[in-house]
Amino acid sequence: MRGGGQMPGCRRAAIAEAGVFVLELFLQSIINSLVQGGFFALWAVGLVLVFGVMGVVNFAHGELVMVGAYSVWLLHAEWGTPYLVSLVCAVLLVMMIGFGMERYLFRPKREDALGGLINSIGVLFILQVVAHVIGGTGPAKQVAPPLPGTLVIDGILRLPYQRLFALSISVAALLLLFYFLTRTRLGWALRAVALDREASALQGININRISMIAIGVSGAMAGLAGALMAPMTNITPHMGHNVIITSFIVTIVGGIGSLSGAVLAAFLYAFMHTFVTVYVDGTVATMCGLLIMVVVLIIKPTGIMGQRVSE
Amino acid sequence: MRQTSKRQILGILALLAGLMVLPHFLQFHHQDFMIFLGINILVVVSYRLMTLTGEWSLIHVVMMGVGAYASALLAKEAGLSFWLAMPAAGIFTALVAALLCFPLFRMTQFYFLIGSFAVGEAIRLAWIYFVNPFGGSSGISGIPIPELFGIDFFNPISYFYLVLAVVSLSLLILYRIENSRVGLTLHAVHWKAPLAESVGVDTWKYRSLAFIVASLFVGIAGSLKVHYLGTVTPHQFGVGIMVFVLIWVILGGYNSFFGPVIGAVVLSILDESLREFEDIRPAIYGVLLIAGIMFMPKGLESVAPNLAGWLRQRRTTTDNRGS
Repeated sequence: MRGGGQMPGCRRAAIAEAGVFVLELFLQSIINSLVQGGFFALWAVGLVLVFGVMGVVNFAHGELVMVGAYSVWLLHAEWGTPYLVSLVCAVLLVMMIGFGMERYLFRPKREDALGGLINSIGVLFILQVVAHVIGGTGPAKQVAPPLPGTLVIDGILRLPYQRLFALSISVAALLLLFYFLTRTRLGWALRAVALDREASALQGININRISMIAIGVSGAMAGLAGALMAPMTNITPHMGHNVIITSFIVTIVGGIGSLSGAVLAAFLYAFMHTFVTVYVDGTVATMCGLLIMVVVLIIKPTGIMGQRVSE
Repeated sequence: MRQTSKRQILGILALLAGLMVLPHFLQFHHQDFMIFLGINILVVVSYRLMTLTGEWSLIHVVMMGVGAYASALLAKEAGLSFWLAMPAAGIFTALVAALLCFPLFRMTQFYFLIGSFAVGEAIRLAWIYFVNPFGGSSGISGIPIPELFGIDFFNPISYFYLVLAVVSLSLLILYRIENSRVGLTLHAVHWKAPLAESVGVDTWKYRSLAFIVASLFVGIAGSLKVHYLGTVTPHQFGVGIMVFVLIWVILGGYNSFFGPVIGAVVLSILDESLREFEDIRPAIYGVLLIAGIMFMPKGLESVAPNLAGWLRQRRTTTDNRGS
């Protein structure tokens, strides 16, 4: 990803040589980590919600993000729709796909976790091909930043407006989600279902309706992440692969089913990944992430914020 | 049906004879296809041994890669002949599996699924990162073709016979294991883990055993694959391939020994016949996958008995349902 601080090696070396710029690289990496962390959090909360409420590991989650990015590419870059309109359309489209998945694929397989997982893999293949058909093969799609320009602070720190925009929108979306989950009755119902489905059904909570809301929120977050990422990344039908791996790592490290854990882990992981990428190597960064995840799974399977051991 | 009847043995022998004749009537790329199909059958059947304990791993294809890389390095760098490199690769894979048991089997169920995925992906990234000796992203090429008494294994028909022999022998061993006391214990570990533990079965030990044996055979499969291809790359063992293995096993029906075989054969043939629609092939696959899981949750393997039962029912018009 372009946002991941994967600068060309030559530039990196040049920067390292000119000692003056060491600070700049460091500060820039912090900004990049924050932006990345926002994306990682948006990806992961969707996966956590669907797993918590419906008990399904949605392997197509990365493809939902991909659809969000493709929508912005198609609407904004190709057809010239204003960026914000395309962003809203992307969110709505991905929500619709989510609703369809829940209604026709996950609901009939409610008691069969493996069935839901396999169905989501089916959706993954289909969405990838749809992206191929719409976008065609060839080089990765790119979207010119709709908010050009850079905020320069002290002549050292450069903050492209596009990044600031993405970061503030992701943080706002996360805050909104937390408000919804902790302050509204529907949010309470959703958390209740995640804790104990049968008990909440006995309390008169409509499980199917709550599942629809969960996948709706999950899809909206995924679509939003995709739409925000679109101007900063290479858009390909296979970009979901990275999304799902990262979401898994973040989810596990944060504690399965813990949303605040996932958000915290998302930012921690983004910092780790960005800094290891800048100072060592991108492959090593992902390897570290995977190994951290295994270590967490072994020592503390409930993650950094999880409290109970689920059976 | 624990005891194989004479009829079944005859059936299997007839099938083997048929398979030996078949490649002579096929075109080159179909012979190629038969070789990979044979290897894939070994992959799915060894994977099923693992799933007997109720644990679904995502590392199986990476273990195949471990065998493949081991075999490639042994044959190319150490100059070992294929006939030694292949079993050595299997044993090496089993040893790696034995080491991985310590972290992996501290997890169960969903945690195990994700943990095995993470370990597998980390191994795969190591192949990419350590250019020496793994060759990085482009892998290792120029892996020697097997040699024996001047038989030309470059010829797909000879190689097919080799695959047929190794895979049949492996399937026989895996079948015997499943129907042995150990195999029954594996079932017990799956369905009644606490009960099994209470009567003195060490479930950790049996889970590990299943994983090690499954890895041994899949390592051999990996060796067979790369010595035919001549190259090995990290991309041959990605999670995408693992997903296909899962699909074959689940759609074929993982409740019986031959279910995964049926899944691999039917879906591979389907896949091959969709070659014309290269671009949209994964989507067709996806639709079939969803249709399969929605309309025949017990897999392809359950279709034939159901059909037979249904026919019998029609004929006798009694209320007895064929199971």
